Amino acid sequence: MKGNTLPVLTVVVVIIALWYAACLPMNIREVLTEAERAGAVLEPPSPLERRDASTWALIYNNLAYTGESWSQERPRLPAPHQVAVELWQSTWVEEVHGRRGIVQSCSAVFEAGFTLETALQSCTFSNRSLVYHGGVTLIATFVGFLMGTGLGILLAVGIVHSRTMDRSVMPWAIVSQTIPIVAIAPMIIVVLYSVGVQGLLPKAIISAYLSFFPVVVGMVKGLRSPDAMQMDLLHTYGATKAQGLWKLRLPASVPYLFASLKIGISASLVGAIVGELPVQKGGIGARLLAGSYYGQTAQIWAALFTAALLAAALVTIITRIERRTLRRMGVAA
Amino acid sequence: MNLIAGAGLFWLGAWALNAWLTNGKWANTVPVRIFVPLLFGVTLLMIWELVVRGLQVPVVILPPPSQIAVTLMGSLPILWADLVQTFFKGALSGFAIGCASAVVMAVVVDRYDYLRRGLLPVGNFMAALPIVGTAPILVMWFGFGWQSKAAVVVLMVFFPMLVNTVAGLRDTSVMQRDLMRTYGADYWQTLFKLRLPAALPFMFNGLKIASTLALIGAIVAEFFGSPTQGIGFRISVANGGLALDMVWSAILVGSIAACLMYGLIAGLERWATFWHPSQRR
Repeated sequence: MKGNTLPVLTVVVVIIALWYAACLPMNIREVLTEAERAGAVLEPPSPLERRDASTWALIYNNLAYTGESWSQERPRLPAPHQVAVELWQSTWVEEVHGRRGIVQSCSAVFEAGFTLETALQSCTFSNRSLVYHGGVTLIATFVGFLMGTGLGILLAVGIVHSRTMDRSVMPWAIVSQTIPIVAIAPMIIVVLYSVGVQGLLPKAIISAYLSFFPVVVGMVKGLRSPDAMQMDLLHTYGATKAQGLWKLRLPASVPYLFASLKIGISASLVGAIVGELPVQKGGIGARLLAGSYYGQTAQIWAALFTAALLAAALVTIITRIERRTLRRMGVAA
Repeated sequence: MNLIAGAGLFWLGAWALNAWLTNGKWANTVPVRIFVPLLFGVTLLMIWELVVRGLQVPVVILPPPSQIAVTLMGSLPILWADLVQTFFKGALSGFAIGCASAVVMAVVVDRYDYLRRGLLPVGNFMAALPIVGTAPILVMWFGFGWQSKAAVVVLMVFFPMLVNTVAGLRDTSVMQRDLMRTYGADYWQTLFKLRLPAALPFMFNGLKIASTLALIGAIVAEFFGSPTQGIGFRISVANGGLALDMVWSAILVGSIAACLMYGLIAGLERWATFWHPSQRR
């Protein structure tokens, strides 16, 4: 991995450069319209002619104004630094200096006399900050992931031990991986809402559902990975089925488990985000939809990057745990 | 209450039959292998039907399967139009563009080692990201039509396909490449006669992942804006009107399309990579 730092950096720099370049054709028409309103003389002068002119000709003829493409208020494609500023504004600035940020709300608690109760009640993140929304999504992801993984492992153990279950359930588990499960997310949310369940649980159920099947399929493979020789050895020891499970099958399945956990956690995150679309009560998904309603492109991009950071962090954490666990178990990883 | 008791009895009977079949002497014959999961599916549907009717669950919470089937049959023209909009226009075109460009990119990346070492970690990273999140942006850029859905699908399928193809292109041994060199084969001959065929199992793996992602992308993108047809549109509109039988029908149609596409790719795989150990019988 170490030798890759320079190539990766090159690729990232090239991507950012392409991004800046792409801002020109994406934003130039809006920029020129704004410049004309401000009284500038453009080439060609009339809006009608400009409509028919090609984007590149517009850029070439009005080089003086093209710089505005990177600093528009509501660009079609915000430049990287605009997204970075938005990210900074909606995390650090909002929390530290904002009226509703955690610093302000916490200091109010201390001024009024500190008790644990008031602290828990009013010491909150600002509901305009990405820290808050990211946290909402993260909690739903975690709860759903734990539920899905737990149930998935249980079902896999059942499938491995019961032939009937294997033959009846396993084909459906495989088929269910091919269907777009995310599509039922809005329905689950609305149905649970009408039954009176709302908040964290509906989103978590969707997350659980998405991470469930990868774990089942991976774990079944893993629990079956000990070969006949190893199973025979346990048999000669007179081991019971439960001992076989705990001492051979489960340890042998750990590498498979981690492989499916990595798929499962990113699926959980997608589930939580999609689950936040129908009910606008905080979370990355709600931020995305709000941004798209009000044309706040920088806000959408910032939410997107937060989601990307969350996904990267979650996968990294699992990879770390995987490496440590496998090393302690004596598997060369 | 009778209906619920009936559901319990049906479950016990079907499970006993399945247990008898899977532990009997015909357990490994083809008809039994097909019949057992089918019976399990039918059992689930029966329990759903009987419990919903027995407890008189309101239709706006969970419609019984029979009603869903009636709605499905009654609105076939609408659902077909939805399927054309979402699957054939949005998902399939995006799938084709995304996979084709990923394969081309993979060949380029594979040719230049520096590029490979730089792009592959980035590609792996991107493959784990929630790319559906770009849907609102792409809908803003490409409008409400199928083009924006195709664009989301392209982004979603590109990186899994790229990573898989690059891994596949590296799957030939030194010995095999040396043999090609002793034949006097140039780069392109080696690519088309040895390395691409050797990469096929990996590429089919990527295609399978991409096929499920494609429909997800197309449906979720429709939640952010669509013309007045499409599976995602149907789901969100019917959902808003609490017509849950219609929601289930739309989901069913999408699922069938997804399964067929997956089955088609699996069949192609069997035909194209018959030589691979995993396909041998």
